[in-house]
Amino acid sequence: MTPGNVPRVRILVAVKHVPDIQSERSLGPDGRMVRDGGDGTLNELDENAVEAALTLVEEAEDGEVVVLTVGPDDAVDAVRRGLQMGADEAVHVVDDAIAGSDAVSTARVLAAAVRRLSEQQPVDLVLTGMAALDGLTSLVPTVLADLLELPALTLATEVMVDETAGTVTVRRELDHAVELLRAPLPAVVSVTDSANEPRYPGFKGIMAARKKAVTTWTLADLGIEPDQVGAAGARTAVVAAAERPAREDRVLVTDGGDAGVRLAAYLVENKLV
Amino acid sequence: MTSPVLVLLDHAADGALRPSAAELVTLARPLAGDGGVLGAWVGDGPGPDALAVLAAHGVAAVHVVRPDADPALSAVTAEAVTAVLAATGAGLVLIPSTFEGKEVAAHLAASTGAGVVTDADGVQLEDGVPVASKTVLAGTWTTRCSVVGAPAVVTVKANAVPAEPVAAPREPVVVEHELTVSPAARRVELVERTERAPSDRPDLSGAQVVVVGGRGTEGDFGPIEELADLLGAAVGATRVATDEGWIAKEAQIGQTGVTVTPRLYIGAGVSGAVHHRGGMQAAGTIVAVNSDPDAPIFEIADFGVVGDLFTVLPQATAELRRLLG
Ligand SMILES: Cc1cc2nc3c(=O)[nH]c(=O)nc-3n(C[C@H](O)[C@H](O)[C@H](O)COP(=O)(O)OP(=O)(O)OC[C@H]3O[C@@H](n4cnc5c(N)ncnc54)[C@H](O)[C@@H]3O)c2cc1C
Ligand SMILES: Nc1ncnc2c1ncn2[C@@H]1O[C@H](COP(=O)(O)O)[C@@H](O)[C@H]1O
Repeated sequence: MTPGNVPRVRILVAVKHVPDIQSERSLGPDGRMVRDGGDGTLNELDENAVEAALTLVEEAEDGEVVVLTVGPDDAVDAVRRGLQMGADEAVHVVDDAIAGSDAVSTARVLAAAVRRLSEQQPVDLVLTGMAALDGLTSLVPTVLADLLELPALTLATEVMVDETAGTVTVRRELDHAVELLRAPLPAVVSVTDSANEPRYPGFKGIMAARKKAVTTWTLADLGIEPDQVGAAGARTAVVAAAERPAREDRVLVTDGGDAGVRLAAYLVENKLV
Repeated sequence: MTSPVLVLLDHAADGALRPSAAELVTLARPLAGDGGVLGAWVGDGPGPDALAVLAAHGVAAVHVVRPDADPALSAVTAEAVTAVLAATGAGLVLIPSTFEGKEVAAHLAASTGAGVVTDADGVQLEDGVPVASKTVLAGTWTTRCSVVGAPAVVTVKANAVPAEPVAAPREPVVVEHELTVSPAARRVELVERTERAPSDRPDLSGAQVVVVGGRGTEGDFGPIEELADLLGAAVGATRVATDEGWIAKEAQIGQTGVTVTPRLYIGAGVSGAVHHRGGMQAAGTIVAVNSDPDAPIFEIADFGVVGDLFTVLPQATAELRRLLG
């Protein structure tokens, strides 16, 4: 893309910074995720969204990928990772008032940022992961689409953009059905972990990302009142949180020729079958 | 809460009621005030079989909404639920925690200001406020969330509450609604939808017993299926097994697949990666067969066997066949 030209496809990717699921994750006394363990990372499922965006732009041979996150200071790591994978620009919305936001509040902030970015240059697609591996609600993509008054196509295992027709078509696999959904652009699309194999940033990508700037916005920049988001704006509140007790009376046998028989006996004795 | 509770009645395209309906209605009964438990049925109305199940479980009224757009679209279903909410004044909506269900909940959050809790395994009223319980962080923590926003929308996991019939069933009243869907909900076009043929085995998400195979099966699910069929169990898999094409995608259990909460989970040739545990760690009893004594699944197994699944499972199946006669 030559500077000054309007890119042919412009894709925003919403990415979240979450505690690494391989780490010891916990909830604080307020029921909120403990996020200061230093084990934060780009939500793995958002790598699939970044990958989908990069692939679409590569196929179009001209375009731009902007990664966008809402979260505390650390969250900048998530967009940095997106830049390393190959995204062109990054936006980080950070504000103390955002802490404790629920899905709707988060989507409200994302929606304001997407609007702002669309005013700068039209956006064709907003991509998201299928879920954030901390809360696993899968609510944000649909709420975001509704707030932006855009169509929501969720859980895509394949994303096909037809620029001439101005449409996006996705394939999705649900528990009871396989569907093909289509909508006019711009649209919000969430992709699953089967959509692609996310690329691993190489040395070149990591070096190139160092030169890319991250734009930081506050709530005031986006015209959002603090009481509309965070714990103040939340419509749900965690009232209790407890670690589940470890399983007791665990048995481990090594097969000496009769483990199948012992397994059967265990199931019958404990009335499990 | 004195207002009625509304349950979104999930059904197949041919009108067959899914098992979640009776479970959610059972959960709703002690929460419903004078208006009782109401059902929302989107699409062509329920047939006699479905109505009989709803009567047996104590549904006072079924609100049948016929939208002039495809009810398979979540935005259309959400507008139908909104119409029933407006007509009935229900304060709490229970929705099955499927991907489609959560999407309907998301639309309701955006359009009505609803507070939403997903993947709950129980709901209680405390001072009139719905409080939902759920397990989080891959089944390692439990939380209780109160829903402040109105209406309260809770998506409920399969199997969380066993369906129980009422003592004195009464035929529910059927109320018909026509719905003109908004242009916004029509933006998404359903180009194609293929419903899977129902299998002879129980549905994975709601099954009481699940037998699961992973990479250790090396593609041979024979021993898994034989044990499953003896126990009337559903067959599940790890992502490795579905990615390899050894079994259909919808069998995948885990963080990005189906969440199961069976009474009994038996995993063979499954390492117990955190992504997989996220979808099964809340199971009642966990049994694992794995040749590697250091496999992480043994950290959460109530009964673990270090051994070769190709000898242990067939032996267990034969012995169970003998014991169970
Ligand atoms: C974003 C993301 C999402 C994911 N989501 C999911 C998900 O939802 N569900 C999921 O399952 N995975 C998911 N995964 C993949 C997950 O990380 C693991 O790779 C996967 O669960 C491992 O599957 P497995 O246990 O079959 O294979 P492996 O980890 O390779 O384990 C195979 C096990 O079989 C044992 N074994 C081998 N031969 C035998 C034998 N003859 N008898 C007994 N035991 C034997 C081995 O000792 C080993 O422990 C996800 C990954 C990512 C990155
Ligand atoms: N704070 C956030 N900042 C940016 N994107 C987010 C945020 N929260 C959620 N998302 C996006 O929404 C998707 C689904 O998240 P959730 O609905 O929380 O499970 C994620 O995969 C992200 O793409």
